This record gives sequence, structure tokens and C-alpha cells, in this order.
Amino acid sequence: MSDSSFVRTQMLPPEVPPLTERGLVRWMRENLFSSVLNTVLTLAGLAFVIYAVAATLPWFLNGVWNAKDIKECREIVLANAGPEATGACWALIRERWHQFLFGFYPADLYWRPVLALGLLLVSLAPLLYYSMRRANLILVGTVSVLTLIALALLAPGAALLVLFAGLFAALTAVAWYAPQKLVWLTLAFPLLAFALLWGGSVWGPIGVAAGFGILALVYSLTKSFLGVVVATGAGVVAAAVWWLMVQTSVTTALHGAIPLGIQAVNSDQFGGFLLAFVIGVTAIGASLPIGILLALGRRSDMMLIKTLCVGFIEFVRGVPLITVLFVATLLLGYFLPPQSNFDLILRVIILVTFFSAAYLAEVIRGGLAALPKGQYEAADALGLDYWQAQRLIIMPQALKVSIPGIVSSFIGLFKDTTLVAFVGLMDPLKGVTTIVRADVAWKGIYWEPYIFVGAIFFAVCFGMSRYSMYLERKLKTDHR
Amino acid sequence: MAEATKKMQVSDEVAIQISSMNKWYGQFHVLRDINMTVHRGERIVICGPSGSGKSTLIRCINRLEEHQSGRIVVDGTELTNDLKNIDKVRSEVGMVFQHFNLFPHLTILENCTLAPIWVRKTPRKEAEETAMHYLHKVKIPEQAHKYPGQLSGGQQQRVAIARSLCMKPRIMLFDEPTSALDPEMIKEVLDTMIQLAEEGMTMLCVTHEMGFAQAVANRVVFMDQGQIVEQNAPKEFFSNPQSDRTKLFLSQILGH
Repeated sequence: MSDSSFVRTQMLPPEVPPLTERGLVRWMRENLFSSVLNTVLTLAGLAFVIYAVAATLPWFLNGVWNAKDIKECREIVLANAGPEATGACWALIRERWHQFLFGFYPADLYWRPVLALGLLLVSLAPLLYYSMRRANLILVGTVSVLTLIALALLAPGAALLVLFAGLFAALTAVAWYAPQKLVWLTLAFPLLAFALLWGGSVWGPIGVAAGFGILALVYSLTKSFLGVVVATGAGVVAAAVWWLMVQTSVTTALHGAIPLGIQAVNSDQFGGFLLAFVIGVTAIGASLPIGILLALGRRSDMMLIKTLCVGFIEFVRGVPLITVLFVATLLLGYFLPPQSNFDLILRVIILVTFFSAAYLAEVIRGGLAALPKGQYEAADALGLDYWQAQRLIIMPQALKVSIPGIVSSFIGLFKDTTLVAFVGLMDPLKGVTTIVRADVAWKGIYWEPYIFVGAIFFAVCFGMSRYSMYLERKLKTDHR
Repeated sequence: MAEATKKMQVSDEVAIQISSMNKWYGQFHVLRDINMTVHRGERIVICGPSGSGKSTLIRCINRLEEHQSGRIVVDGTELTNDLKNIDKVRSEVGMVFQHFNLFPHLTILENCTLAPIWVRKTPRKEAEETAMHYLHKVKIPEQAHKYPGQLSGGQQQRVAIARSLCMKPRIMLFDEPTSALDPEMIKEVLDTMIQLAEEGMTMLCVTHEMGFAQAVANRVVFMDQGQIVEQNAPKEFFSNPQSDRTKLFLSQILGH
């Protein structure tokens, strides 16, 4: 018999790998201690982490929440932790949180921005989760409960509270039975929020809505003989004329005839995160469609449209945002008709929107360029017209590819809202913090307000980032 | 298959009329003086070496490419810059591409119902029934709710054919439909095309499948350097080619 012949008589049972090759031990061997250099780096990193925690943790742990000024804070830390210890003075946040959130918005009207925030989150639900019942219900339900608790604490009055409870109960029911129907709230939200935040005569928001009505009317009347693009342009011009020249006098007259409305709040009372959200959310919502149109325009065959879009994008991208903001405050005033009462926040929103739209246009153009030519050809060959092809075939794919870039732009835009401090608006980071730190009672406080503001910005931006990752996973259908 | 061929009647009605058509890419003269008449029910195979303009020719028929001179009349509608005419022709002419060009973000069923719903304004339910009918016909109804990425190449191409058929086109254009497929998948696509031919569809097919040409074509068109060099019934074309260029081409593709 030759040595090479072999017959197995018994099959081997599976065994667990040796201790050093499984679980945590294996992970550490592979990732932390795989070589001498890595071991040294791991130990050095560990030492740094221990040092950093040792330096900052006592500061957090010794934090004082109840004090009337920074002096008292320091005394409490001294009494509790000894002369060498440091401690955070969160009492500042406790006393001034409302300014960080609302600026100088009248305290008895805090329920209005809170309600607006609740409605914002509810009206985002159908956009974020489309018609997914469970997700819509969880979001709307949670938001409803939190908003109602906040509203109850702000005590706007029993009658209003019952009304809001009914409203949010109804919205939660809609979220469960017909989530898509929430889109109607989404469509109405901009005007609703405008009416809630600024208050004043109800005719103001209705006048603004009428502008959109005029746009739609002019578009539908002229579309048949002017074509989609020119008709849209004509509609925009007509609406702009209405908003800038006519609206104020008409709404004033209407208010004189039928005075309906709630207490008005002036733009200079807005501040803190209220301001950041008003500017950020509006600009994010408005810049996406404009960015899409600019991206399409830049790829258009029509010479004039292409030139205009390229010119706009390149000009805006070449100019710092702060320049644009100064234009909003100073230059725009000279060009507008004197009777137009053009709010500073509104001006800033419009320019920030266009600024962000130019960046988005380039991100989306990248997505468009990533699509194979065959997709356009297949859409053409099936007889879809340009806008149908864009809406049904091209954009769903191009936007999906561009999600990371789009969300990056949104996050950048939201953080850039702090730059409005330079034109005298009270952003949460510089505007409010400077005011708070200028108070004699809190003079010398440094880290606490920035940590507080930074934490809120982080929470919002991290949320956007996580949602975009979820969306990418959900939309992944190519199974590559 | 001989029996089937008998059923495939060609009528006198003209489906496509191309006269003195020229096309340039910049300075490059891709299509030179093309004259061609396609009757309803005809099955035409267009072959030729690469770069001979055969794909460009059929892409001119639904205006994926513009021609610069001459006339193309499809189903009585002349192709000009008039977008309405172009959309009309495109909704009557189905096209199948080399790389399938299915829409990856839509399911198979949505791929098939999209154009009927948005272009033809067919009610969704009716469009879905039609789509399932054609998916049955190309033998993949069970894949209706999958995405294109989950299907094999041959299955994707059959979906692409079904997607075109859902628009109930009167003419079908095939642009190298089997060139991107693995050998064992070519047959399933060709079988579908043969079935379509047997039902009397007017077909223009750019392909190198000479077996398919012999089985179903009633005319083979050979192109070289942007011109129609020779056209004939398949039997004549393969057994008795006239021009030297055709002979060379046939010897190269049939020679192994």
C-alpha cells in the first residue's frame, strides 16, 4: 500500500477557535496591539484620553446649577470641592436659556415659536418618512407629546391649551390613518409659521399666499403659448410686482376693513435658536428646488438659460457669505421701492437661500453627471417629455447619488446662520452669548454658553447626518 | 420556424420612409445619403462593421440623434425640430438598447407602467394589467416586484422589451440587443424577438446574430462607412453577396 492513500473513518466535529483568536481578545490583538508601534500608539492614546478626562471631568462634575451670579457659582465650587477645584457654572444657562432659544421674543408669547416648532416637526414627517405609517406615527406622536408638555409649562391659557391638545391629537390620528395627508400641513406650514412667529394682521400671510396664487394663475394662463420656462418667469415677475408694490397697500386696506390678527412681534425681537431655525429651515427648504433648477439650467441646451445659470452659480460661489449678508442689509435697501417694508430677516433668508442654492446646484450637477446617458435615452425613447423625464427618471436617481453632498450643504448652511451676527441679528453663538456675557452678574464666564450652543447645533446637525445615512440605505435599490 | 415565417406578412403600407438623409458629427460625415423604405410588418436586420453608422441610423428614426439633411417620415409624421412630432413618434416607436437602460430605482412593474401612465395617461390599474400581460409574454411575471439590479442580463433585456411593448408601439427598434449578454442568455432574448416577429411587428434590428437574420428577417441591410452598401433578402444576401465589402464582412463574421 502506498503512503499517499488515505481514507477518513470519522468526520471531525466543528470546534471553537482558540481563545486568542476570537471575540474581544482577537479584536484587541488585531486592532490595538498588532505590532510594537501600534502598542506604543495605543498606550499613548490611552494616556491622552485619561489625561483629558481627568482635566475636564471634575469641571463638569463640580458644575453648579443654582446660583444667581458667577461669584456665587465660584463660592459654591470652593465650598464643595476645595480651593484647587474648577467647576462649570451652568446656572447661567438656567437663568438665560430663554434668550439662547428665543432672543428678545416677548416671554408671554413663547408658546407661539414652540407651537411653530412642533408643527414644523409634524410637517416634516411626511417628507422624511413619506407614507410609512409607523415612522410617521412615532415621530408625530412624540413631537405632539413634547410640544404639549412644553406648551403646558408655558401656560398660554387653558382654552388655548385644550385647542392645541385637540390639534395635535388630530395630527397624530392623521399620521396613523393617512400619513400622506400630512403633506397639506407641510404646504401650509410656511404661512402658518409666518403668521405664528411674526403675528400681526392675518391679512399679511394671506397677502403673501395671494402672491403664490398670482404666480400659479399667470403660469397656467400663459403656459399654453409661452412654454413652461417663460410662463414660470412671467408668473414670478407678476408675483414679485404684487409682493413689492401692491401687497402692502392692499393688506393695509383689508386690515382696516376687517381687523383680524394676533399681537405682532417685530423682527428685531427675534434671536437665538429661533432665528437660526427660521433662517436655516426656510433657506434649506427653498434652496433645494432652486438648486435643482439651477443645476438643470446649467446643463440646458438653451444658450441664454445656461449662461444665466452659470453666471449666477459662479458669481455666488465666488463671493463670501458675509458679503452677501452685507448686501442684504445695506445695498438691497437702495434698490427697493421706498414704500416696500422689506424685513431684514426676510432679506437675509432670501440671500442665504440663493447662496446655498448655488452650492446645491453644483452638488446636484455632480449627481446628474453620474447618471449614464442611457437613462436619458431610455426616457426619451419612451416618449416622456423633458419635465416628466427629469421628475420621474433623472432626479430620483441624481438626488439619491447627491444625498451626502446635499446634506453636507444643509449642515453647513445651518451652521452658517450664526454669521448673521455680523449684520446685527442676534444669532445664538455670537449675538446672544455676547449679550449674556456682557451682564455684570456673569462677567468672566467663558465655556458654558459656547458648550450649550455647540451641543444644540451638534444635536441638530448630527440628526441630519444620521437621517441622510438612513435615507441612503432605504433608497438603495441597485443591489451592487 | 419555416411555418412561422409564412405567417409574417408584409403589407404595402409604408411605416418608415427615409430619403436622402445625411448626418454629421461636427465635421465627420456619419450617414451619407441614406434612402430606405420600411413597410408595415417588415423585419429588417442591419449589420456592418463597427463605426459603419448602423446604430446611428436607427437612433435617427426616433430622433435620439438629429439628422442634418433629407427627410425621415415615421408613420406619416415627419421628424423635424417640432417637439410635438418627436414625442408622437417616440410614443409609437419602441426601442431596446444594448445596455437595457432599465430604470434602477423602479421595480420591474413600475418600469413597465411608467410611460403608459404618464405619456398615454392610462389608468394605473389598466397599465399594471397590460404590464403583467407582457411580462408573462417575456416569461418573467414572477420578477415583477423586484428591482432591475436583482435580475440577470437576459432577464433585464426581456424586461426592456416588455417595457417597450407596454406602449403598444407600431414599430420596434433594436440596437444590438444581445451584444452585452452572456452566450447562454442570448437565446432567451432572441426567442422573445422571434415571437414578436411572428406576431407581425415591424422591426428594425441592428445585430450580429446572423442566425436570427436568416430565421426571421425579410431583408438584410449591410452598411459600411455611413452608407447602405447592399440590401437583399437573407437567403440571397448570405449565399450570394454582390459587393466585395459585403463578401469580406461575411467571411470575417461567418468564417470561424
